[in-house]
Amino acid sequence: MSQPLLEFRDVTVTFGGVTAVNRVTMSTEPGVIHGLIGPNGAGKSTLFNVACGLVRPRSGAVFLDGRDITKLGPHRRARLRMARTFQQLELFGVLSVYDNIRTAAEIRRGWAHDRSNCEHDAHEVLERTGLTEMADERADRLPTGLARLLEVARALVTKPRLLLLDEPAAGLNEQETLALSTLLRGLIGDGLGIVLVEHDMDLVMQICTVITVLNTGQVLITGSPDVVRNDAAVISAYLGSAEVNA
Amino acid sequence: MHDLIAYTIFGLVTASIYAIAASGLVVTYTTSGVFNLAHGAMGMFGAFVYWQLRFGWGWPAWIALLIVVGILAPLFGCVIEKVLMRNLADATEATKLAVTIGVLVALVGAALWIWDPQTSRPFTAFYAGNKVSILGVPVTSDQLITIGIGILCAIGLRLLLYRTRIGLDMRAVVDDRSLVLLNGGRPDRASMFSWALGSMLASLAGILIAPYLQLSVVPLTLLVVNAYAAAVIGRLRSLSMTVLGAVIIGLLQSYAVGYLPTSTVSWLQRLPDTIPIIVLFIALLVLPHQRLRGSATRRVREAFPVPTYKLALLGSAIVVVGAIAIGPLLGTQPLFSMSSGLALGIIGLSLVPLVGFGGQISLCQMTYAGIGAVVWAHATSTGNVLGLLLAFVVAAAVGAITALPAIRLRGLYLALATAALAEFCDTFVFGLSSITVFGHRIPLFGNGSLPAARPNLPLLNERSDTTFFVLLAAIFCAVGIGIVALRRSRYGRMLLAMRESPAASAMLGLRLTTVKLGVFSLSAGIAGLGGALLAGLSTQFTPDAFSFFQNLPLLLLMMAGGVAMVSGAFFGAIALGLFSAIGSVSTLFNRASSLLPGLVGIGLGEQPNGVVADIAAGLSKLVRRGAKPPPEAASTDGAEGEPIWEWAGLDEPLSNRELAMLDDALGVKAGA
Repeated sequence: MSQPLLEFRDVTVTFGGVTAVNRVTMSTEPGVIHGLIGPNGAGKSTLFNVACGLVRPRSGAVFLDGRDITKLGPHRRARLRMARTFQQLELFGVLSVYDNIRTAAEIRRGWAHDRSNCEHDAHEVLERTGLTEMADERADRLPTGLARLLEVARALVTKPRLLLLDEPAAGLNEQETLALSTLLRGLIGDGLGIVLVEHDMDLVMQICTVITVLNTGQVLITGSPDVVRNDAAVISAYLGSAEVNA
Repeated sequence: MHDLIAYTIFGLVTASIYAIAASGLVVTYTTSGVFNLAHGAMGMFGAFVYWQLRFGWGWPAWIALLIVVGILAPLFGCVIEKVLMRNLADATEATKLAVTIGVLVALVGAALWIWDPQTSRPFTAFYAGNKVSILGVPVTSDQLITIGIGILCAIGLRLLLYRTRIGLDMRAVVDDRSLVLLNGGRPDRASMFSWALGSMLASLAGILIAPYLQLSVVPLTLLVVNAYAAAVIGRLRSLSMTVLGAVIIGLLQSYAVGYLPTSTVSWLQRLPDTIPIIVLFIALLVLPHQRLRGSATRRVREAFPVPTYKLALLGSAIVVVGAIAIGPLLGTQPLFSMSSGLALGIIGLSLVPLVGFGGQISLCQMTYAGIGAVVWAHATSTGNVLGLLLAFVVAAAVGAITALPAIRLRGLYLALATAALAEFCDTFVFGLSSITVFGHRIPLFGNGSLPAARPNLPLLNERSDTTFFVLLAAIFCAVGIGIVALRRSRYGRMLLAMRESPAASAMLGLRLTTVKLGVFSLSAGIAGLGGALLAGLSTQFTPDAFSFFQNLPLLLLMMAGGVAMVSGAFFGAIALGLFSAIGSVSTLFNRASSLLPGLVGIGLGEQPNGVVADIAAGLSKLVRRGAKPPPEAASTDGAEGEPIWEWAGLDEPLSNRELAMLDDALGVKAGA
C-alpha cells in the first residue's frame, strides 16, 4: 500500500460547545476517489476546512504526503498542490469564466516558479470541463450547476495532486453529472487523489473506490461502496433507526 | 496622592461619557449590523440643538434635555433607520460605512450652516460651580452628575437588554435575524429601537462632553473615535467590556495629562489627546485573527467591464483637450476650485486599486497625501519633477509600514484602523515641527505650514494657473491610464480575485498579506503624488488640507462616481471641484460645503455602484437601440435556439432515474 496522500489523525473540531468533528482518523490514496458521505451536519465540510487550513482543529493533526501540515495556512497548503471547491460557491463573481480560470493559473505560476503558459492552461481546462462555450460569461451569472463545474475547473488549473470536492454535483442535471463523473475518472487516471463530499448517492457509489461515512462528527465506517451500502449503521444513520421505521 | 485622586475623578468623568457614547455604538451595531460612523456627529448635533434651546432661547435645562434626549434624538434615530439603514441589510461593508459617513458629513455640513462657527457659544454644565469635597479633593457637582449618569446608563442598558421583551428581541436579532422573524419576532422593530437608543445615548454624550470642550463641530464629531476605542475593546459586542474599555481610556488619558512632562518636552504636548487612538490601535492589533471564511458568491448588479486602452486613451484626450479649452474661460476662483478637484481626484484615483479592485477600505488616503505633500515641500523649492517621484516613493513606503499592522484586519476593523491612523497623524504627527534622531534634526511639518512649489516642466509656465490646471488634467489621465493597465494585468485580476473571494484566492495559493501590502503601498504612493500636486496648487502645505475629515467627502464622491473605475474617480473629481466652486460663492455656502457630499453619500444606499456605471449602461442601451443587435445578444436574449445548458432545479420534472431513486429511498430502503 502506498503512502497516504492526505491523512487525518484523531482530528477534533469544536465550535463553542458543539463538537463538529470528533476524533476523526482517515486517509486517502493517490489515484483514488474517496467518498465522504453522511447526513447534514455530520462534519464533512468542517473536515474539508480542516484539510485546507480554513479551520484549525482543536486537537489532532493533518498530514499531506507524510508531512505534518496542521499549522500551515491555506495558501501554503495550496502550494503543496492541494486544491478544493466550495459548497457555497466562492467564484470570482465579476470576472468572466475564462478569467476565473486564467487568474487561478496566474496565481499558480506565481508560486510554482515555472514558465507554463497560463492562457494555454486555462483553455485546456475550459475544454476538459466543457465550459468553452461559456468562457466570456460573467461567473456570477452562471446557473448553479455550471458554477460548480467552474469551481472544479478553477481548482484543476492549479495542477493539484489532491483535489477536495465539496458537493460538485449539486444542481447538475443528469447529463452534466455524467460528464462530471467521466471527468473525475479521467483525473484519477492521471494519478490525482480526490476526496468527494456528495449527496448524489448514485454518483458516489459509481465512482468512489473507498467511502467513509461520517455521522455526528464521527467516522461510522470506511469501506468499499458495497460494504457501505449494506451496512446497518449507515442505513440507520440516513433513514433513522429500524425501530422507528418499522 | 491628592493629585492622583483628582486625576482619577476627572478620568472617570471622561470615562462615563465615553461609556455612554460607546454603549450606544455597540447597541446599534449588534442589533442592526451597521457600524454608525456618524455616531459622534449625532452627538454633536444633539449638543448644538441643546445649546440652542438652553442658551440660545433660554429654556430650563431639564426641558431642553428632555426634548433633545427624550424626543428629538430618538426620533432622528428612527428616521435614519427607517429611511436609510433598513435597506442596507444586504449591502457590502463599504456601502454601509459610506452611508453612515454620508450622514456624518451631512450633519457636519448642516450644523455649520445653521450655527455660524465664528460665533462663540459658551456652554456651561448642569449645576456648574457647586463643589463638594471627596477625600480632600474638590469635585464639582457636574462631574458627579456625569459619573452618576454614566453609571445609570450602564445599569439601565443591562436591565433593558436582559429584563425586557424588546431587549430579548434585540439580543435575538444579534443571534439570528431570520429566526426571530420566523418565531414571530419583529427584527425591524428591534433594529429601529436600537437606532433610537443609539441616537439618544449619542446626544446625551454630546451634551455631557460639550462643557469640557468647546462647542465646536468637527472636534465633537471626531470625538467619537475615542468611543470606537472603547467599543472595540468590547469587541463591538460586550457592553460590560465596552464600559471597562471606556474606564481604561478615560483614566489613561487623565493620567497622561497629569503625569507626562508635557510642558517640558515639546513633542509630548499633544500626546494625551491621542491616547484613545493609540488604545484603539492596540485593541485592534490584539483582536484575535479573523478566520478566513467563505463569503459565497453573490450576484451583484454592479457592471464591471474590463476597460479598454482605446477608451482610456480617447477619454484622456477628451479630458486634456477639454481642460485646454475650458481653462482660459474660468475665473481665478473657479479655476482654483476645479484644479483642486483634479488634484483631489488624483488622490481619489488611489482608491480605485485599493477599494475598487482590492476591496480594502481605507480612511487614511489624505494622510498619505499629506506625507507626499510634506516630502515634496522639503524635497524641492524649484519644482524639480523628481520630487514628485520622491513623494510617491516615500508615501508608498509609509503606506506599506503603516499597513503592516492593519493588514490582517478586514472590512470594518480595517476601516477603523485606518481611521485611527489618520486621526493619529492629524492630532499628533502633523503637529510636529521637527524631530531629532541621534542628534540630527529632521524638519517635518514646520509651524503650521510649509511653502510648496509647483512642478517645473520645460516649455511650461508653471506659475500660470491655467497651465497648471491642464497639467493636473494630464497627470490625472496618465495615472488613470496606469490604473487601466493595472486592471488589465495579472496583478489587477489577482486583486479582484482577493476582493471577490479571499478564501478561494488563498486556496489557490495566493498569499493575501503580500497582495494587500502591495496594493496599500501602491495606493499610498498615488495618494502621495496627488498630495504633492494639491500642495503645489495652493503653493503651501497646511495640515488642515490633509486632515482626517478631508478623507470623508473624498471617499464619498469617489464611491458615488464608482470606485472601481477611473471614470468614477473623474466624476468624483469634477463633483469635488464644482462643490468647492459653489462653496466659494458665499460664506454661507462655504460653511455648508460638506452638506452636498454628505447627501451624495447618503444616496449611496440606493445606488451603491456609482453613477458612472449606470450612465454607461444607459448610454449603451441608447446606442444599441439604433444599431443591429449583435448576434450573441440575440441568442442569449431570445428564447429560440437550443439553450446550451439547462437549469437543473425544481422547475424541471424528475427524470426516470430520479424517480427510481426516489422510489428506492422511500420504498425498498425504508422497508429494509
